[in-house]
Amino acid sequence: MSEEKPQAQPVPVASSEEEWIDEQVRRTVLVTPMDRVVDLVDKIYNWGRRNSVWPMGFGLACCAIEMICTSASRFDISRFGMELFRASPRQADLMIVAGTVTKKMAPSIVRLYNQMAEPKYVLAMGACASAGGPFKEGYSVVSGVDKLIPVDVYVPGCPPTPSALLYGLMQLQKKIDGQTIRDVSWYRKGASEGIPEPVLGPDVFDPRRAEEITALAGDPGKLEARAINIKSKAESKAEKK
Amino acid sequence: MAVNAPVAPAELKSNLNDPLVIAEKIKAQYPTAVEAANAQGIVVQGEQLLEVARYLHDTPELGFDYLHNVTSVDYPDRLEVVYHVSNLARGGTPLTLKVNAARQDPAVPSLVPVYRGANFQEREVYDMMGVRFLGHPNLRRILLWDGFEGFPLRKDYKEPYYEDERKPFGTRWDQGHHVIAEDRNPWHDNVKYPASFDAVGYKPQRDTVRTVGAEDAVATKLRTDKLVLNIGPQHPSTHGVLRLKVTLDGETVVAAEPVLGYLHRNHEKIGERNTYLQNIPFTDRLDYITSMANNLAYVVGVEKLMGIKAPERAEYLRVIMAELTRWISHIAAIGFIYNDLGAFYTPLLYGLEERELVLDLFEAASGSRMMCNYMRFGGVARDVPEGFLDKVQYLVTERFPRRMDELEAYMVGNELFTARARNIGILPRDLAINYSAAGPVLRASGVKYDLRRADPYSIYDRFEFDVPVGTVGDMHDRFTVRIAEMRESVKILKQALAQIPAGEIMTGKKNYQIRVPKGEVYGRAENPKGELGFFMVSDGTPNPYRYHVRAPAFINLTALNEMVVGHKIADLIVILGSLDVVMGEVDR
Ligand code: SF4
Repeated sequence: MSEEKPQAQPVPVASSEEEWIDEQVRRTVLVTPMDRVVDLVDKIYNWGRRNSVWPMGFGLACCAIEMICTSASRFDISRFGMELFRASPRQADLMIVAGTVTKKMAPSIVRLYNQMAEPKYVLAMGACASAGGPFKEGYSVVSGVDKLIPVDVYVPGCPPTPSALLYGLMQLQKKIDGQTIRDVSWYRKGASEGIPEPVLGPDVFDPRRAEEITALAGDPGKLEARAINIKSKAESKAEKK
Repeated sequence: MAVNAPVAPAELKSNLNDPLVIAEKIKAQYPTAVEAANAQGIVVQGEQLLEVARYLHDTPELGFDYLHNVTSVDYPDRLEVVYHVSNLARGGTPLTLKVNAARQDPAVPSLVPVYRGANFQEREVYDMMGVRFLGHPNLRRILLWDGFEGFPLRKDYKEPYYEDERKPFGTRWDQGHHVIAEDRNPWHDNVKYPASFDAVGYKPQRDTVRTVGAEDAVATKLRTDKLVLNIGPQHPSTHGVLRLKVTLDGETVVAAEPVLGYLHRNHEKIGERNTYLQNIPFTDRLDYITSMANNLAYVVGVEKLMGIKAPERAEYLRVIMAELTRWISHIAAIGFIYNDLGAFYTPLLYGLEERELVLDLFEAASGSRMMCNYMRFGGVARDVPEGFLDKVQYLVTERFPRRMDELEAYMVGNELFTARARNIGILPRDLAINYSAAGPVLRASGVKYDLRRADPYSIYDRFEFDVPVGTVGDMHDRFTVRIAEMRESVKILKQALAQIPAGEIMTGKKNYQIRVPKGEVYGRAENPKGELGFFMVSDGTPNPYRYHVRAPAFINLTALNEMVVGHKIADLIVILGSLDVVMGEVDR
């Protein structure tokens, strides 16, 4: 600071009331285009959100153990302001889907997602949550959580190392940084409508597609035409002979 | 505690584990009961199974008091239900009982009246194969949901993404192109529905509130309402996706029924499509905290079937890996118990800190922290890098003992802990055996049964170590038994490090495709969670015809209801923690 205090400028005598008002506005109110105001708010808003992403304590399978390691002392997730694993979806901002999504679990996952308050993010951790992973061919495994809910970041690996998960979280921070309140979905009308929960029937199905499924199931010919058939080893061997 | 005597040589053991001898004894009692008998096992007449089981169980001279495993095999002409029973005091190879059932509407008598440990296992067989168990108290699907179509482990069941009977899939190389699973399936997703399925009018089956034993437990005149509380599948203290349906009277637990299957990943179906070798990485993902030990149990089983042995150095490396695994598994379990008690995360962090050190070693040896995929049939995948054994040496001589002293000081002697753990969740000795509890849970109840002693595999008969047991079978015992076992693990590690020779790590050359002779085997090992068994039937092809996993955590859960009734809801969580369940193994 300089020693001499800046002298208070003598207020020029306003020649008229209007001029005086103009003068006051000029001195005390920031006049700038709306865009810049929004940018400024975005910056503060995103800075706050990015550094306090609270994940939901939600482990499905093996990947959850690596998630726990990420939050432990060696990798220390709290460097990113994310150490508060919340047990309740209401208090969480981020759902780390750490593990295999099974059909039996699908309705619960969608319900949990619906219960999270906006803004909310989903990180698919590991091969299973991203695409079904090693168990994709199984009869009760969903081929990736993105069949059920929208995913923001995919982290590959089986399991991803804690450093990989941290990298994924940094990508999420980047994504958050790029958002602006102008067009984020959660300030729009009707944005927070939930996703209908899948139904466990003879196999799991999305109730929104019930009519389509019923129509197809009743029409074997049409159903058959939708599949690309490949020959099994035995068949192609027999053909060669 | 006295040092255990080395295992008695085979001839000194009674021949009461020999199926032919037992078959004669059964025949003398029930002339029509035995259909066939050979060195592999005894085929029992279906109608008389219950009587035979009761005879084997109740006759003091035989005393087959422990049911290891229940599973079934789907043959083209019949379904075969397989039981493995043994006498814990005698140890040795279990006796195999088999029952044949028709493929059309198969039914056999339930063994729950004799062995309560059969409860969940029979439900699993029903779920997977469709065998009805007559007289079972609660025969419903366990891993899949009520309303699921089909019995997935039947050989004629084809999953939605079905490609070929067995791997390697011919379609992937014969025609030079591969069609992705979504395009092969008409629904373009991993689903299939029965013909003319009406999705619009479908009413899902409600979760019926049917809790075993709730009615008779509340026999008071006082009229209070019972409350059914649902815990899980997403709950911070159920160790994953376990779900419990708990009936409460006020705050007291009247009954607790685990609802399983939220992590059912079709391990066995995929395992039967896989080649033997391809299954090793899948065993990593069973109990994902103890992947090295799972590998060991599996390769020990397959090696038994193939009749090969690993070279010395490999055996030592296996033991070192398995014992390190036991150590980190127990220290994590202890941390989790404290977590459940309300000491949130801090004690667990101590455990995880040590675990990281061991994971680094695993990564150095195998390339992966958690999913090690390290063991091979007839050896291990690669030798350990330079300096590895020195690091282990440092851990077991300096770091681990220090840590354990610390642990014992803070945790075992902790007054709060003692108050919460003593006489909580008691599982008496007889019940522990009858419920087929395994591992630390069984030993905490005072049963000195450890496969490393009772039926030694690998080279465990060379080491000197104790089998710690508890006295009461309460939570406190389950906790202290684990700590004592950690000390024993360190003892074994020290001996193994002193003895490990240089040399080969693999018999023969590395082989992608192994040939396994025809036959069947029940291979098992003492995992940190208990007896992990693999029942495999080989038909001489590169893929197992039947591949079943005896999951200790799954079977330990059978006894949960017994332990929690009468305790407060807060204790229920801790008792569950003391069982140390890992859902990857429970649901497979
Ligand atoms: S991606 Fe791998 S480690 Fe993660 S849940 Fe799936 S199988 Fe387990």
